[in-house]
Amino acid sequence: MAFNSTVETLPQMGRFSLRCKRENTVAMSKALGFELPSSISETAQSGNRSVLKLGPDEWMLTCLMEERSAIERSFAAIYPDAVHSLTDISSREVSIRISGPEAEELLTTSCPRDLAVLKSGRGVRTIFDSVQVILTREDNNQFRLDVWRSFVPHVMGLLTVAVAEFECGL
Amino acid sequence: MLLIHCPYCKEKLPELEFEYAGQAHIARPDNPAEQTDAEWRDYLFIRSNVRGDHAEQWRHSHGCGRYFNALRNTVSDKFIATYEIGQACPTSHAEGEENNEQLES
Ligand SMILES: [Zn+2]
Repeated sequence: MAFNSTVETLPQMGRFSLRCKRENTVAMSKALGFELPSSISETAQSGNRSVLKLGPDEWMLTCLMEERSAIERSFAAIYPDAVHSLTDISSREVSIRISGPEAEELLTTSCPRDLAVLKSGRGVRTIFDSVQVILTREDNNQFRLDVWRSFVPHVMGLLTVAVAEFECGL
Repeated sequence: MLLIHCPYCKEKLPELEFEYAGQAHIARPDNPAEQTDAEWRDYLFIRSNVRGDHAEQWRHSHGCGRYFNALRNTVSDKFIATYEIGQACPTSHAEGEENNEQLES
């Protein structure tokens, strides 16, 4: 059986952690240019910006590196009326993309979630062999793992071993 | 693996994403300075050791990050209910509490 999936690390992208109370989400959406997703694990995007809802009052915003200062400025402008916390966490994580027909099965080697119920376009914070990660299903056969930088060698090591095992049919 | 329903994520998720955080519904005294030593000791250290249904706090630490409460049977390890912080402990199981045996110290 041919193995056709790939595991690659992605170039650096802009990342923000956004926290705010429910009553301020309308103002946040205005500053961002599109509506924040309202239920956990939902994503929303527009152009190069995308937002994933991680918790009741927590979102992760991703964008191009060069867009960061514009985003910071537009949120700073609404701060007096809509208190929130916007933190640049761009360098905290490295993203790993797993794509191909075996992508889901590759992830099940270390992720305890039932990935079959994670629909395309949704993302969750979960665990990957004891490492906390943010897992997004970008497409049916394409996932992105956001992993804290210092855990990347561990996670990549596990994925490399899993790929090798799949390739030789184990 | 034990699956726990997170009341915020509204999903049953693997135990590995959660952590236990002690007995639930223990309110911090409004004014600790007015507490007697015995009252303060009770608040800090004295917990029930239920054999049966036990209300306890859990945190979905590797998920939405929220603390929530759960009613769990300590014998069967079965979760009877999980509910958001601030909600009352489900009363439908009040009769179960009478059956709890408190272990004497
Ligand atoms: Zn949760």
